Amino acid sequence: MNKITPVAEAFDLSNYINSQESKSFLRFLTCGSVDDGKSTLIGRLLYDTKLIFEDQLAALEKDSRKHGTVSDDIDLALLVDGLEAEREQGITIDVAYRFFSTEKRKFIVADTPGHEQYTRNMATGASTADLAILLVDARNGLLTQTRRHAFIASLLGVRHVVLAVNKIDLVDYDQTRFDEIKADFESFSSGFDFDSCEVIPLSARFGDNVTTSSDKLSWFTGPTLLEHLENVELGHEHSEAAFRFPVQWVNRPNLDFRGYSGTVRGGSVNVGDEVVVAQSGKTSRVEKIVTMDGDQVRADDGQSVTLTLTDEIDISRGDVLAPVHSRPDVSDQFAAHLIWMSENAMLPGRPYLLKCGTKTVGASVTEIKHKVDVNTFDHHAAKELSLNEIAFCNLALSEVIAFDPYEANRDTGSFILIDRMTNETVAAGLIWFGLRRATNVHRQALDVNKKARGGLKGQKPAVLWFTGLSGSGKSTIANAVEQKLLSLGRHTYLLDGDNIRHGLNKDLGFTDADRVENIRRVAETSKLFVDAGLITLVSFISPFKAERQLARDLLENDEFYEIFVDTSLEDCEARDPKGLYAKARKGEITNFTGIDSAYEAPEAPELHLKTQGRTVESLADEIVDRLLADGFIGSDNTWVI
Amino acid sequence: MGIDSQSHLRRLENESIHIIREVAAEFDNPVMLYSIGKDSAVMLHLALKAFYPSKPPFPLLHVDTTWKFKEMISFRDHTVEKYGLDLIVHTNEEGVKNNINPFDHGSSNYTHIMKTEALKEALTKYKFDAAFGGARRDEEKSRAKERVFSFRSASHGWDPKNQRPELWSLYNGRIAKGESIRAFPLSNWTELDIWQYILAEGIDIVPLYFSAKRPVVERDGTLLMLDDDRFRLEPGEKVEHRDVRFRTLGCYPLTGAVESTADTLEDIVSEMLIARTSERSGRLIDHDSSGSMEKKKREGYF
Repeated sequence: MNKITPVAEAFDLSNYINSQESKSFLRFLTCGSVDDGKSTLIGRLLYDTKLIFEDQLAALEKDSRKHGTVSDDIDLALLVDGLEAEREQGITIDVAYRFFSTEKRKFIVADTPGHEQYTRNMATGASTADLAILLVDARNGLLTQTRRHAFIASLLGVRHVVLAVNKIDLVDYDQTRFDEIKADFESFSSGFDFDSCEVIPLSARFGDNVTTSSDKLSWFTGPTLLEHLENVELGHEHSEAAFRFPVQWVNRPNLDFRGYSGTVRGGSVNVGDEVVVAQSGKTSRVEKIVTMDGDQVRADDGQSVTLTLTDEIDISRGDVLAPVHSRPDVSDQFAAHLIWMSENAMLPGRPYLLKCGTKTVGASVTEIKHKVDVNTFDHHAAKELSLNEIAFCNLALSEVIAFDPYEANRDTGSFILIDRMTNETVAAGLIWFGLRRATNVHRQALDVNKKARGGLKGQKPAVLWFTGLSGSGKSTIANAVEQKLLSLGRHTYLLDGDNIRHGLNKDLGFTDADRVENIRRVAETSKLFVDAGLITLVSFISPFKAERQLARDLLENDEFYEIFVDTSLEDCEARDPKGLYAKARKGEITNFTGIDSAYEAPEAPELHLKTQGRTVESLADEIVDRLLADGFIGSDNTWVI
Repeated sequence: MGIDSQSHLRRLENESIHIIREVAAEFDNPVMLYSIGKDSAVMLHLALKAFYPSKPPFPLLHVDTTWKFKEMISFRDHTVEKYGLDLIVHTNEEGVKNNINPFDHGSSNYTHIMKTEALKEALTKYKFDAAFGGARRDEEKSRAKERVFSFRSASHGWDPKNQRPELWSLYNGRIAKGESIRAFPLSNWTELDIWQYILAEGIDIVPLYFSAKRPVVERDGTLLMLDDDRFRLEPGEKVEHRDVRFRTLGCYPLTGAVESTADTLEDIVSEMLIARTSERSGRLIDHDSSGSMEKKKREGYF
């Protein structure tokens, strides 16, 4: 038994503390479905290791009478099902972390729900786990979800798995049944590259073989679950890896001290070691390793320290320090597995933020290579990715970052994607390889530039981005603006939604994914036209904020005019110049903006044109006046900026 | 007492420092909630380590209900002076004007007005976009699912169904204007870890944690200390001087003492090891119902 040692007469605290200190540490996750008894198993581990206090036990007895699903005795699951809502539903809906320790080890348990829609939670729990317990009901044996759990554990780099065959009491502690399940599991788990795979029979409800071996399972010669958790050998994850130090914070208390604070993510570093700033290629040597407890000569994996270097080189948050002879990949494109975690689908081309280590950059998925069926592991083609789906993708970033393959380093090989509008974490990513070495591909620096081209035309190039519902008057107004600019002797080009769809974008339809790609191409095209020195008018419904933001981000700060042509849906539908609303209402056109596809109105457009009661002429004048006022075109034929 | 560089305490320390630095690096205007208790003491110690040789680049905020133990306030002022830190003390003045107190208004009402509302008021007043708290996941069931970066709406509400997944050591610090996060760098510590760390690092804590003869009355099975003459005795109650100490600190009329003779850190840790009552049971506010902590959090309590 693993009881907390009572304080004896001659309790030796320093001995005790030392024994605590030498304890190792295991983080594991439990996965299984609602009915497999997962919460009961964790409750059992806490209960049997005496981690439940008297007042908690009293609350538990009270709760068991109120919510319990077990008839007479206390319901251990209630110990761990935290939030009120799920207690009432009788399911676990989020990752919960539990703590217990024995004489040998200290444990952190990530308790993750197992049914299909919660792949997200399991991936979260697995990202920090050394070991996964896959729980099955002895009556049911392996289920589809067991395969899914094994796959996700393996994908996230969990090295050890335990198949816990629970509710063995309900099959009368039958060895034959257990052996069947074990054989099943061994045949399919051999396809994964786990360091250890243990199959253990138990009853969480009655405590058989959880922390103590059971007479009823005398035929079983293996360890109890807890014995296995206490004894499984863990390799030191990153101690063999190359030194990596993502800079978190530049430490400048005064002019005489310039340090770089961060956590060592792999390997170790010594005073005097030569290091390189991966992104810039600048090198220096470690001068000091500073901590509040005194300078160190060496810092190991996992240590949070502050480094000073012998040279003054430019380093900021997000830079990665590494050994000169063993550098991480540096690129703005890579291939990675994405686990999609948002209710809103991932659309290739849509701009997201990517956080890898301490660096956050713009990113988008350029291609979904294939989607992975988590039940059969088959690969499928896909145009978008929904909640809890996993896909292998190519990503392109707004600037180069330093990274390693996930296999080599869980910290420098992982990232999250963040939605730019809602700020939610929408995906977890595991990097496989860089797609090209950015160091080998330099952007051509051209002598004739945008400013020169614009100067020749006596104007400062810009994009006038007209957005609004179909029939709101975008193209009509854009046309009028272009005529006025032409009469002022300006050089323009109008990119019109309908016209572009006849040519450049004729391969695209009207699904969300195609709409994103449609806008991405137009945004890139308008960027080229601006570079050519033109005042570029873009007339596209462009219903999604994220894509308008993408267009804005491609251009320089003051080059982008978002012009919201604000005509109510009723007015647009009443006008219906192309008869499209009528068709959409009849269901002859689907995904029609305003009818069965959303229009996200701009929150802070540069120009907000309320068209009600105004003439095309006055609206066009308003735009031209704004360009004059902002100095994009001179009132005479000389460039004012 | 030295700590092995790969021990579990060092791992916890390294993780907490990483979290504290992430917040400082990603937010414009963070603040550290300083409740003067042992968890705050550890959190502050970690913040001092995280930025050394710089000082922590954020102020401390103490929400003073005006009913804290006197020794807490003097310890607070001493600590701030010793490390040269910025301290903001905030009190709900409206509550003080209306004489909101734990005797007349019930622990739950009183806590809501003088702690929860006061905290929201302070966060709004100073426009803090991140606030460090010393909560641990092992404290209470509803805390077990708490994120390290816990997202709050512009009205400081916590929506348990709308929390961001946290993978690896990657924390998403993006928020819109007016929104904020609570950051919990001690998420993965247990109560025992806290005490062991205090012992190993020699961190100063409020003397109330150590046993001494103190004036107490027994009320509903809880020992309450008479910290000043505002304490109202009920008929038949008599003041006794007993050897007591506190396992958790808060407002003195709401904080139960335990009988103990543990007057050194070593004794406290030894006592911890045979304790059979969890820490929060000393806080009267949690007794209402088992979902009460979750309710408070939704309202904005830490």
